[in-house]
Amino acid sequence: MAKRVSASNVSAYYGGFKAIENINLTVEPKTVTALIGPSGCGKSTFLRSINRMHEVLPGARVEGSLTIDDQDIYDRDVDVTAVRRTIGMVFQRPNPFPTMSIFENVVAGLKLNGVRKKSILEDAAEKALRSANLWDEVKDRLGKPGAGLSGGQQQRLCIARTIAVEPQVVLMDEPCSALDPISTLAIEDLMFQLKDKFTIIIVTHNMQQAARVSDRTAFFSIEKTGDPGRLIEYDNTQKIFSNPSVKKTEDYITGRFG
Amino acid sequence: MTTTATSHRTRPPAQPASLRARRLPWYAAPAIAVAALALSAVIVYGTDIGGPVLVVVLGAILYLAGLFAAANAVEGRRSARNRTWSALIHSAFVLAVLPLVSVVWTLVSKGAERFDANFFQTSMNNIGARDANGGAYHAIVGTLEQVGIATLITVPLGVLCAIYIVEYGRGKFAFAIRFFVDVMTGIPSIVSGLFVLAFWVLVVSPWFNDGRPSFSGFAAALALSVLMLPTIVRSTEEMLRLVPAPLREGAYALGVPKWKTILRVVVPTALPGIVTGVMLAIARAAGETAPVLLVAGGGAAINTNPFENNQSSLSLFVYQQAGDASKYAPARAWTAALTLVALVLILTIAAKLLARRNRLSR
Repeated sequence: MAKRVSASNVSAYYGGFKAIENINLTVEPKTVTALIGPSGCGKSTFLRSINRMHEVLPGARVEGSLTIDDQDIYDRDVDVTAVRRTIGMVFQRPNPFPTMSIFENVVAGLKLNGVRKKSILEDAAEKALRSANLWDEVKDRLGKPGAGLSGGQQQRLCIARTIAVEPQVVLMDEPCSALDPISTLAIEDLMFQLKDKFTIIIVTHNMQQAARVSDRTAFFSIEKTGDPGRLIEYDNTQKIFSNPSVKKTEDYITGRFG
Repeated sequence: MTTTATSHRTRPPAQPASLRARRLPWYAAPAIAVAALALSAVIVYGTDIGGPVLVVVLGAILYLAGLFAAANAVEGRRSARNRTWSALIHSAFVLAVLPLVSVVWTLVSKGAERFDANFFQTSMNNIGARDANGGAYHAIVGTLEQVGIATLITVPLGVLCAIYIVEYGRGKFAFAIRFFVDVMTGIPSIVSGLFVLAFWVLVVSPWFNDGRPSFSGFAAALALSVLMLPTIVRSTEEMLRLVPAPLREGAYALGVPKWKTILRVVVPTALPGIVTGVMLAIARAAGETAPVLLVAGGGAAINTNPFENNQSSLSLFVYQQAGDASKYAPARAWTAALTLVALVLILTIAAKLLARRNRLSR
């Protein structure tokens, strides 16, 4: 199920502004890859270009090639919705649909893509909620609004919603930045379990989190404000955090910069 | 002097010795109010300069002054200012509500006289100046049909237009649409009536009517549509813009196509606000007289067919009865006005309930 994601010479623009330049990296299936770096260095932009969410903003475009198991996702005849179904995304702030119940939120991806049969939806909802460690907390109130849950539960609801459509890659854009340590731990545990099935790419500002959850880490940085972000170093997480080969990475990780 | 005052103000406030402060007793404010009114009455009637309205106005001013003085003496300056401003804000609320209450009271008290079964079952057909009865059945039918048709036309058109502007529109074309919608908002109702008169009644309707121009309820509905459309577009547009972008992105990230995201996520989220905007537009259209007078022509008989011949409407009925020479006409006008307000109120409440039913209750 999990797939390999590789980027070659990827640059992304917001109108005339070049946000990232010539990113080359390959993410292996069934691993967790962390993207770290100072604010504004293009981690989120890169993440959003992997499932073609970058182009949602007016004037935004991507150059270079991004492939998932050798299929170019920016090919002319690629269906954007198919790409996004294959590559799911969890956002920084939990964004459950306010007009939908917990159950409807979880199966929103399936339902809005035409799955009607109630038994299929119910099975999928239970499976996704169990995977997201949320089933026990919400099984008695599936009809209640999703927006009524706590922040941590909402974020796990959004993860359940993402994995309910059974993507092959899950992108997470600072999924824990709005959460308390206990919810963060729950989501990190979840990433360990999800790794068996999915390829996970996570953007985080929390270096301990990157060190804890990821197998490989990519460090992005910029020279100065206004310059495009570049990939500085990409290696095994252990190597990055113990013995990085680039001075800049070491400076960032030890807190001397950024 | 100035320098000492400034330096006095810039100095940090002294730390209070205790967190407790002296408070005016609960009966102080009502007591001051009664005293202010009494004093005001003595002054006004003693010097014979005015009536009860002046007593209340002067009393309110005296109350504010007295309250400030009493609070300043007992509780201190900050608290006195707080009390005075609270009192001012409450007075502003009362001032704003007074006309509304007055309108409702006038409508109910004067409209009750003819608020009977006969009024809702008969028309003005063959009602002479000396006949006490006569009703607004034809006008109610006209209002419902004209506003109903106008709503059927404008709601889909207006909501789709707003969706285009917010979700799809880019560049000059969307800007032009927004600009012209803004311009349309300012169109006087008589102009929309003249437009439909010149375009529909005089040019188009002869095709359906053996070459003779014809008034119709449908023409009135078209004129009302011109008035309702900008209101609906603008309010829907504002409501759609309030839907947070992360909700749209959340749906896109699930592989949901854009049109379905708009239909199933964005519009339902904005629905209560959209309904409110639509109801405002309907309320405005239901009260319009000039376009109906120009293109539906009015009429005394019941005509349930909006596509042929003259039709009346409640607001037109009010206009005609208010200017009628019969001594029974004013009562009919008041009752029709009351009926119109009640109709809009009922529609608004019904729409709010319908919009809420789909939302999940907390």
